[in-house]
Amino acid sequence: MDISVFEVVGPLMIGPSSSHTAGAAKLARVASVIVDYPIKQVSFGLHGSFAKTYRGHGTDMALVAGVLGIKEDDERLKDAFYIARERNLIYDFYETELENVHQNSVKITFTLMNDRVREIVGSSIGGGQILIRKVDGFDTDIRLNTSTLVICQEDRVGIINEISKVLTDYGINIGLMTVKRKEKGTQACCIIETDTILSSYVVDSLRKIEHIISVQAINAVE
Amino acid sequence: MYSNMNELLELANKKEVPLSEIILENEQKISSLTEEQIFEKLEKRYQVMERSAEKALEKSFSTVGSLIEGISMTQYSYAKSVGTICGNFINIVMARALSGSEVNASMGRICAAPTAGACGILPAVLVSISEREHISRRKTLEGLLTAAGVGAIIMKNATVAGAEGGCQAECGVAAAMAAVATVELVGGTPEVALHSVAFSLMNCMGLICDPVAGLVQIPCAQRNASQAVNALLSADLALAGMKCLIPPDEVVGAMYKVGKLLPAALKETSMGGIASTKTGKAIKNSIFGV
Repeated sequence: MDISVFEVVGPLMIGPSSSHTAGAAKLARVASVIVDYPIKQVSFGLHGSFAKTYRGHGTDMALVAGVLGIKEDDERLKDAFYIARERNLIYDFYETELENVHQNSVKITFTLMNDRVREIVGSSIGGGQILIRKVDGFDTDIRLNTSTLVICQEDRVGIINEISKVLTDYGINIGLMTVKRKEKGTQACCIIETDTILSSYVVDSLRKIEHIISVQAINAVE
Repeated sequence: MYSNMNELLELANKKEVPLSEIILENEQKISSLTEEQIFEKLEKRYQVMERSAEKALEKSFSTVGSLIEGISMTQYSYAKSVGTICGNFINIVMARALSGSEVNASMGRICAAPTAGACGILPAVLVSISEREHISRRKTLEGLLTAAGVGAIIMKNATVAGAEGGCQAECGVAAAMAAVATVELVGGTPEVALHSVAFSLMNCMGLICDPVAGLVQIPCAQRNASQAVNALLSADLALAGMKCLIPPDEVVGAMYKVGKLLPAALKETSMGGIASTKTGKAIKNSIFGV
């Protein structure tokens, strides 16, 4: 049997819906970890079932909670709007149609304190599980079942070799690695799933590599 | 190791151990967690389950549209009175199942089992049985493990999503999980335990998912109460010695097929069943507007 008992009994979460509440909170939390910069404003484009039923399932509160870093089993989730006001986070929701995505999907547009805009598209695929589909226009397949590195780099010869050298030095085994780019020689995005918890030392070492634009580690810990 | 209930049973019989022991072995293998770590995770989940089964018994919680606000308290005070039809025990189990639903609908903390919509059933049964039978904490957690392991088999071979299989796949599977745990907790054999799984699923085959206004409240709360009772009576049918002539794995297969045959209107879209009644629609309009 390859399904864990904890996929059946779990997640621990705030109700009422594992996909519309818990998954939404996790999705927004992971998105803000990827963005990794103080956020001024966030805009949520709701697709499919998210657009139709978000009010009854607290999807809106869950999304804002996630951006505030509130976990999906934290009872402060339902105070998310209030906490957002306290922390001067501006947010809004609108209905949209996204292409080729799951029914429960959202496009999250962050405006950061430095006025940079970042965009993440993700889906809540059931049972609190999530899938990040796009990061700043790059196609991704981030599920966060294992610890994951999200690296943006210039598209150059040898850079992937440099990245894997650092991971080898720290004894980190790569489970899955995907590299996507918009066009040749511009910016590329590298997603690495690992079997190990990623320390800040690893992230710092990766950031020191020449032509690396950004590095974020998302640890899959309970 | 195993991919269905028959293989699980063979392993348990060969080693002469309860189902939980084979499931534990499998979990250690796929997760590389130690036995101690697995039981720590189970304990963490069980604590949330206990809390959600009790929380709404003494205090009512507000839910969107207030469709089920306070129902658990009412049921609990009735459960403690004399003159109930099903007796105090069954009524307390129902009150606890309702509590899980009420806590969930009010955006409280719950443990999905197998889903959030069905989160009242397993806690209500486990808490009530272990309380009445004075079962140790360790043994109760073994029951939880057995429930989860059987749930995993059903998830693997069928579905536990209401949108895919209807309520039979959510509350029905929760009942099957609660039944198998109950039989193991009171000392029934692995074979008897698995017969109770088959009975639970047979008893609610075809049950549709039809939430009023799309909210996880009506008829979800009532289904949590009735499927908790289904778990108990299925355990009793099996413990009495009744054998399910259709093997449990075939019943799971049938449940999955029925789920697929159900039209979309009866699978979490709120377009059929109770949700599409005149009053169901009126409730929806009064909460969300036309």
